[in-house]
Order: sequence, then structure tokens, then C-alpha cells
Amino acid sequence: MDRLFLRSQDEVQKTVSGIYSDLERRIVASPVGQCPVDLTASFLMLAHSQSCGKCVPCRVGLGQLQLMLGRILDLDVQCDIYDLAILERTAKTIAETADCAIGSEAAKMVLRGLKEFREDYEYHIKYNTCSPRVREAAQSVPCMRTCPANVDIPGYVALVKHQRYDDAIKLIRKDNPFPTVCALICEHPCEMRCRRNLIDAPINIRGIKRFAADNCSENVPIHEKMDDTGKKIAIIGGGPSGLTAAYFLAVMGHKPKIFEKREQLGGMLRYGIPNYRLPRTRLDWDINAILSAGVEVETNCDISSVDFMKKIREEYDAVYIAIGSHGAKMLGIEGEMSKGVIPAVEMLRGIGDNKLPDFKGKSVAIIGGGNVAMDVARTSKRLGASEVTIVYRRRQQDMTALPAEVAGAIAEGCELVQMLAPARIETDKEGYVKALIAQPQMVGPMDKSGRPAPLRADKPEVRIPCDIIISAVGQATDSQVFEEFGVPVYRGNITAAENTNVVELDGVFAGGDCVTGPSTVINAIAAGKVAAANIDAYLGYDHKMSVDIEIPLPDHKDDIPTGRVELKERFARERDKDFDEVEEPKSFEEAMQECSRCLRCDYHGYGAFRGGRDEQW
Amino acid sequence: MVNITIDGQKIAVPEGTTIMKAADEVGIKIPHLCYLEGVNDIGACRVCVVEIEGIDKLATACNTQVVEGMVIRTNSPRVRWARRINVELILSDHKANCPYCLKSGNCTLQSLANDLGLLIPDYSNTAEKMNWSRELPIVRDASKCIKCMRCVQICDKVQGMGVWTILGTGYRTTIGVRDNKRIDLSDCTLCGQCVTHCPVGALRECDDRLRLQRAIADPDKIVLLQIAPAVRTAWGEQIGLGVKEATLGKLVCALKKIGVDYVFDTTLSADLTIMEEGSEFLHRLNNRDKYQWPMFTSCCPAWVRYAKTQSPDLLPNLSTAKSPQQMFGTMAKTYMAKRLGLDPDKIYSVSVMPCTCKKYERTLVEEQDSGHGTDVDLVLTTREIDRIIRSDGIEPDELEDMPFDKVFGEGSGAGVIFGSTGGVMEAALRSAYFLATGSNPDPDAFSQVRGSGGWREATFNLAGQELNIAIVSGLGNVRRLVDAIHSGKEHYDFVEVMACPGGCVGGGGQPFRDGEEKASERAGILYSLDDVNDIRFSHENPTVAELYQDFLGAPLSEMSHKYLHTEVKDWDMEMHFDQDALEDPRKTYLYD
Repeated sequence: MDRLFLRSQDEVQKTVSGIYSDLERRIVASPVGQCPVDLTASFLMLAHSQSCGKCVPCRVGLGQLQLMLGRILDLDVQCDIYDLAILERTAKTIAETADCAIGSEAAKMVLRGLKEFREDYEYHIKYNTCSPRVREAAQSVPCMRTCPANVDIPGYVALVKHQRYDDAIKLIRKDNPFPTVCALICEHPCEMRCRRNLIDAPINIRGIKRFAADNCSENVPIHEKMDDTGKKIAIIGGGPSGLTAAYFLAVMGHKPKIFEKREQLGGMLRYGIPNYRLPRTRLDWDINAILSAGVEVETNCDISSVDFMKKIREEYDAVYIAIGSHGAKMLGIEGEMSKGVIPAVEMLRGIGDNKLPDFKGKSVAIIGGGNVAMDVARTSKRLGASEVTIVYRRRQQDMTALPAEVAGAIAEGCELVQMLAPARIETDKEGYVKALIAQPQMVGPMDKSGRPAPLRADKPEVRIPCDIIISAVGQATDSQVFEEFGVPVYRGNITAAENTNVVELDGVFAGGDCVTGPSTVINAIAAGKVAAANIDAYLGYDHKMSVDIEIPLPDHKDDIPTGRVELKERFARERDKDFDEVEEPKSFEEAMQECSRCLRCDYHGYGAFRGGRDEQW
Repeated sequence: MVNITIDGQKIAVPEGTTIMKAADEVGIKIPHLCYLEGVNDIGACRVCVVEIEGIDKLATACNTQVVEGMVIRTNSPRVRWARRINVELILSDHKANCPYCLKSGNCTLQSLANDLGLLIPDYSNTAEKMNWSRELPIVRDASKCIKCMRCVQICDKVQGMGVWTILGTGYRTTIGVRDNKRIDLSDCTLCGQCVTHCPVGALRECDDRLRLQRAIADPDKIVLLQIAPAVRTAWGEQIGLGVKEATLGKLVCALKKIGVDYVFDTTLSADLTIMEEGSEFLHRLNNRDKYQWPMFTSCCPAWVRYAKTQSPDLLPNLSTAKSPQQMFGTMAKTYMAKRLGLDPDKIYSVSVMPCTCKKYERTLVEEQDSGHGTDVDLVLTTREIDRIIRSDGIEPDELEDMPFDKVFGEGSGAGVIFGSTGGVMEAALRSAYFLATGSNPDPDAFSQVRGSGGWREATFNLAGQELNIAIVSGLGNVRRLVDAIHSGKEHYDFVEVMACPGGCVGGGGQPFRDGEEKASERAGILYSLDDVNDIRFSHENPTVAELYQDFLGAPLSEMSHKYLHTEVKDWDMEMHFDQDALEDPRKTYLYD
């Protein structure tokens, strides 16, 4: 008799595994604004189906939780607010007494929901309906809803499919005057919840936008200017947020003027993002279009005193503060002031004005794990560094940098060392950097950011010899003058409401990185758009931004699972020597295939009914 | 042109044609349910699915456009099964107890199921429970709702009110009033357009038939009934009488058979309204500085409700003249009672209206001026009257033309056209001209205001004054017009507003005709009645003249103000239920 057998997967198990991966993708594509109470009820049902049935809390308790949630959700059953107490104590007992994680984790999810979205429970109980927050977002078009600037994505995808590239650019500009910039470097949150996930993978939205930007005419006409209002708006900071606000305000007939501290416009787009990711010619194309709407600009103009700020406020009908977050955060380790230690923002700023440092033959260590760390690492390589080492105190998967940026850096020969926390900097007699001393870490329990905290490992320190150390551990906002002017500041960042209004000061608005801390370009653009709308309203107008472009109807077709076209990059061994663009454009056939993968949620499902496009704002 | 093949027939249709329209061209009516042309093409019910060669997924005919070379099958086995299963699924979520439904016999879902010849249900029933007060002018029976979203779309797109919204998610998805308010306490104007576009029995008017029957049976009550102008254009539709056969005289005959004591015509009080409103307009013109402009008509209570919630700043612009229904009610229990020798406290005053909102209007405290209870005791819609005729077994073919009772059945042609968009304006201008100049214009001098456009304008010269007037119907158009006035883009002197598209003829109390908008055809009937009327001017109505002579004195007199005018700003949005409401053990109040 054989005593043991190898386990093999039969066809049914294979199918079940396939269903599990479908399920995972379905969860990724959860509709924005799904009712969290309903979601909890559905998850409980799944969790309950996983129960072995041995222990009481899991077998019976999860069932009772489902029944309670069902009653709360049912529209024709009146529940009592005290039902939440029963729900809570039942879930707590299951979490504390279930014999394994199948039961306890399911109950913990209910408890977490009771804490985090109690309002939704209360709405269901009191009014038999989802909370207004949920209803407002319910079943909107996923990509548009997740785009901070609410760009009409299905619209421009359809236009690209019909090879109407200029119309696509015009449509994007209705919500976002940086079509090219976003085509090249947007972090594309729009792709995250793409309904195409249900079938295969999200469509490559940024790639499609890039195809429009690569193939449109040299001069795509901007919005027609509305009647002159004579209102003057001062915009402090010529980055993406300030420029966006300036564009829309100019189109609305106002007179915006940008006060820019540096030599050139663009903010972090110019002084933070290297040319190989965002070629300056492409950036200038967007900026020139924005300026052509009638934006006055004063560069090299630092708002260095409160009096200057007061004067601006007096002379202008409204002010938008969008100064970004350009200061460097300190490492806080011994030897930080040594020669050869450079903050990443300073280095990138110099490069933005074509001041390239010489790293030829030098060994460079980068501290940090964000996109900026990757930018300076790859830039160092291009500046001729013999060795580039990225030192990070957590694991690679915990990095905040986009995976593609990390992969790009590694491909170009940067070495990534994980789980090493900088301890101090070793210098020579003249005070020049000799080495970075780092303390090995081990991965620990999750911290507030949801990532495992790095803990000091019981291992000896590591010495990384180097000539240059670039610190990329975060940026700070230079908000002092504004704080003195009366703008509230919390932890260095300006406090503004969700409508970008600085509540304490009449006619003063703020947005972008200086409010949120370092964030993405699309968030900065969104803030500029919101500011433009609310400044317009503040000035007593109701100018509507719209564009007269008919969106083609979708074709009736089957949705055959098809791979996602990814954008390709130049060979690493060629591209790491120059600052030319790394990414390569999509081919026509790739773009067309990608466009036809779009499920046109603006037209199908709820989009056809109430969740479709906002034709104006 | 696009060349396509439908069920083997080749046809060329213009680009942009939907499959449904293209099939119609070759004589194929693709069954559909949620689709409402121009309003609802969201593909919700999935009943109109068809097969397109080369594509696995079935397409909805209502919102898929044809493309060159398309080969379509509307009756393949796949299509037949899909259509049938989707209808069965809809039925499984619908309380299909058809005999207990006012829509039975005129229900799109019922005919669809009948046509498919369904026999045995495959699915268990999951219909919601009804949760609504049965006394509100608009009653929603959730158990019948099929979530076609037509009510939401009509309210959003046509009426621009957005009263209806989606509640719940997943299988609990349903329709409710925005902000979860009781409907009369919401912004709802109670226009009833959602009711006349509901393909099933989920939306209806409050059913008041038993109250009429109880009053008739009561020996202490004298039932005195008025018929609104628009009712005469549509009352025959649901009892099998064609437009030519369904004469007003036959309706009088039917009402007499039911047992109504006096049958009168609202046209009479429409003439009265014109005398008051026309005089008011001239008064305001002569005291231009004292008033806000333009002056608006106020005989449509749904419009008044609209103004109260959407533009309260315009309330002073509304004429203070009561609506014809209310003027009639007040006169019924005062002057008419005296003239007919009746005890006003015994009069049970009933109106038959093309309107759901009139059921609300009659309950308003500000409208009770007779001093003898409510001026109008009961409002029935055209649909309810048709049901009473049917339930009493009255043979439509046996009806004979009967005159109205003496003497309050006489109205002018001007009063008749009140039921159509533009009619009030035209009637007012005819008499205003006389009042201002002392001589009659050609009765058709103002026919320029006729038409079916939602927002029409005209300019007239009235005794040397240039008058800019506008006529607007459909609340979506009303909002656009009001916005234009607010922003200073438009300047008018006099604006006629009717909440329902096309006016009262297309009112929320008119018979349900799925897929048809009958307002302009019905308006045509009113204009031809006006044309053959011996009296074309409200001021020439002899009964109206007597009324002023014997009772009111003159338009805008103290007596007129006492009996015929109202302050719309004091109107309560809340519906005041009758004390004598029928006891209904099942009535539920969700919102108490």
C-alpha cells in the first residue's frame, strides 16, 4: 500500500482558482461609491461560506450578523439605532472568541466598519437609504470619479479611437490644461478602479492620452475667452496648480497674474521632474497654451515679505496661493551638514535651470524611497556617477515610488539596498563625505501608514563608501511669510478648506502641494480647477467651462479578454547616458486596440442614466 | 444612408437611426418597456434586445445605432428566450396581482406578458412592500415598481425638478423622494407627469372615487360637479370612444347616469378668471411702478408650488386671481346656491380635472372663501371619471348628448381654450383688449400665441402699449425662462405658465397613453370647440355678466377680492387631508 500521494490540481480546482482571481479583480474594480454597509454584508456572506462550522461564533455568529445587516439594509424594515449595539457586541464577541482567523477577521471587518462608517449605518436605520456621501458618488464612471480633476476620460478615449486627437486634447483641457504633462507623467489614479478589471486588466488610460498628445496638431486652439470682467487675480506660484487656476480664470474673462519665485514657470514639473521623464519642450507646449489665454507672468518674484503680500491682496480682487512644497526635509543624522550632502530638491532645482552638477566617476548614495529618490538616482547616473546606491529603511514593496520608477532605476544600474536606516555620515578631515553608515532593520508590525514598521535589527552597522549623499526624505512648504500674513499653517502646510478657500481671509484661496504636502501633479491641477471655479463664484460670476464636442457612441461589440498594452522604454544601457525621454510612444495599432478595450461606462450601466459626464462645471 | 438587414429584409436608413426605429420602418415593432423616446433610452429593462450577426452579446434596440452592413434578427431563438426571461424576471420583482391594479388593461408590462403568453412563473416573487400614504395626490406603490426609471427621467429631464431619486443598492434598489421627504413636503409640484409616464401601476393618483359615490348616496348632499376644459378632449380614450364620438354632451349624460345632481362647466369660471386676471393685468399696467414684472398667471397650482420652492422672489408677480376650479367652488356655495335655491351646506362640490395637483389645491386653507366648508369638496381626475363610468356599467354607445344644467354650464370659447398651453394668454388678451379699448378685437387676433413649443413669445400692441408676452409649459422650460428673467436676458410683461408640457390637455390626470404625447392633438380639439362657439370672449359670457351685476359688482371689486382672489405666498406646501377621509385600515405613514 502507498502511504503518501502528491497533491495535484484537478480541473475543478483550476476553475475555482480562476474564479478567485476573477473575484480579486472584481474587488479591485469595486464601483466608486458602493454602499459600505452593503459591501460588509456581501463580504460576510463570502466569509461565512469559508467557515468550517466547528466553532459557534463563526458558524452561528457570522450568520446572525448577516441577518442583522440584511434588516438594516432592507428598505421596508424599520430598525432601531440600538440594533447597532447588538451588532457591535456580537461582532466583538466573534472577534474575541472565534477559533481561527476565518471567523475573527470577518468580525473585525464589521467592527472596523461600525467605527469608520457609522454614519452609513445610521442613515440606513433612520432613513432607509444610503448616506448622501455614498449616493452622491454612487455608480459614477470609475475613471472620471477617481480622476481628481474629473477629466472626461471615456470621452477622449472615444475621440482618440475616432482619430480625433485635437478634439481629445480640447476635451481634456476643459478640466485640465496640462494634457501633455499628464500624458507623460500622471500617476493615473483613473486606472485603479477601471471596470475593465472585471474582464482582464485596466485600460492604459495614460497611454491613450499620450497617443492624443503625440498625434495632435501643433496648435490645438484653446477655449474661447469669455467677456472681459476686469477682475484681477493674483496667483502666487507658477506650478501646475497656479497655472491651471490662471488658465481657467483667464478663459472666464478675468485677468490673472502669476508671481513666480524662480526663473521659469512650471514649478515641480520643471524643478522636480527630470527631462528624461518630462521633456521640457513638451512641458512648454502646455504652458504656452495656458499663457495664450491671457495670463500675465512675473518671474524671479519672491513674495519675501508680509508687506508685499498685503500689497498684492489690496491690489487684486482675489489671491490664489499655490507655492508648492519646495523645501528640503532634514535627515536628522550626524554629519548631515557635511560637504557632499545634497538635498534632492536643490539638485533638481538646479537642473531645472540647466545647472548640471558633475558626478563623473563619483559614488552616489541616495536616501529615500519615493519618486524623488528615484528621480535623483537616475539623474545621478546620467550625470556620470560610477555607482548609485539607493538606501531605504523599509522593503522595496513598501516604497512610495511608482513600481515602474523603481524598476527603471534598477534597470539603469542603480543598486537598491533595502532595510537599511541611515545612522550617520562619515567624513574626511576636510569635511567631505566618505561613507554612509547605516543600521540594518527588520520588518515589524504594521504602522499607521499601513506598511510594516522598520525595527532596528540585531546586526552590526553597514558602511557604504560614497562621495555624494543625496537626501530625498521629503519636502517642506516654505509658508512663513503667508503665516505672518494671517494664513493658518499646520505642520508647515497651509490650511485651506475643500473648496480651496482660506476661511480666515476674505478672497484668499490656496491649493496644491503647499496645502496637501508633496503630492501628484493631477492633485495640484484639480486644486487649481476648484480654485478657479470658486474664485469665479467669489467674484460674483457663474462662468461655465464647457466644450462643444460630440462624443462618438460606442460600438456594439463583444468584450473579448485582451492584454493591456504597456508603454515601452528605450534600452536601459542607451538611455542612462542622456536626458532624452525614456518612454516610447504607442504605435497606432496599439493605441486603437487599447481604445477599443474601453467599456464606455459613460454610456453603459448607470452612466447612461445618471452617472454620465458633467458637460460643464 | 446605412444599409442593413432586419429579419431578412434589406433596408437603408439614415445614419444615427436606432435599431428600434429601423425595425419600425419594416413593420417590426420590437417589444420594449422602459424606453421612452427622447427621455429614457437607458437600456434598463433589456426587453428590446436583438441579435446582431457576428456578436455574441445581444444588443438593446432602443439605444444601439445601426452601422453599415449590420444583420439584425429580432426573432431568433436566442432573442425570444432572452426577451421572455427578462420579462419573467421583471414580473418576479413585481406584485402582479393585476385585478387589484388601476392600470390593468392599460399596462405596458401586462400587455407584454400577455403577448409572450406566459403561463407558469419560474421564479419566486421578490416584490417590495408598499409604503406610502394612500391619500396623497400622487401615490407610489413600491410593490408594482419595475425600476424602469421613467419617473426619474421625466422629473429630471422634462420637468427639471429631480424629485425622484434612487434609494438602496443592488437588489434593494428602488425609487424614492429626494431627501426622503413625504412627497407633498418635498419640492414636488405634484404635476403628475411621472404618473402619466409610468408603464405599470406603480404611480397613480389618490383614488377618490368612493367619496363621490358616498356623496351621491347621501340624501342630504346635493352633488354639484364642474368639468374642466381639458377633460373633454380625453375622457373617451379609456372607455372606447373616439375623438369625434366622445362629445361633451355624452360626458354630461354619463355623469347624470352616475347620479350627479348638477353638471356644470369650469369654462364658466375660466371666463371669470379672465375677467379678474385681465383686469388685474390692466391695473398693474396702469400702475407699473408698484409691481414686480412680468405678471404671471397663477391658475396652475403645480406652477405655484414650483414658484414657492424654486423662485419665491417671483411670488408677488403671480396674479392673485384664483384658478377656475377654485372660483367655481366658491361661487357654487355662494351665488350659485342662491340662484339655484339650494342650501349651500348641502352642496357637495366636485371637480373633474386633468390634473393631480388640483387634489392638493382644493385642500388649501387660503382657498376656502365660501363660508360653507371646503369650496371644492372633491377632485377627480379624467382617469377616475372614466373608471366610474366603466364600473357603473354605462354603455358608451348608448350615451346621448345632454346639455349642461342651467345656468352655469355656459362658457365662452375663450374659457374652453384654457386647457391648452397659450389658451389662458389668448383668452386674457381678447378681453384685456376689450377692457382697454372698449371694443372687441378679431377673436383670432392673438392666435399667434398658439402652438406646441415649450417656450413661445409674441409682441402685441394693446391700446398703444407694446406688450411682450411669453407662454411656457413644462417645468424644465419654466426654469429656463425664469433664469432668463432673473439674469435680465428676457423682459416680459405677461407670462402664462403651465407645469405640464402642452398644458392641461397633457396634464398628470389625463389617460395613460404609453409612448404617445397627446397634448397637441387634444389642444386641437379645444381650438375647434372655441372656433364654433357663439361666444368667443369671456366678457361676453352672459352668466358672467349677470354674476357681476347681481353679486360681485365688478372685477377687482371688494366682493371679487373676498371671493375670487388668493395669496399664493401663504399657501402651505403640506397637503391637508380631509377630516372626512375614508377610513382606510391599511393607510401607513412612513414619515410621521
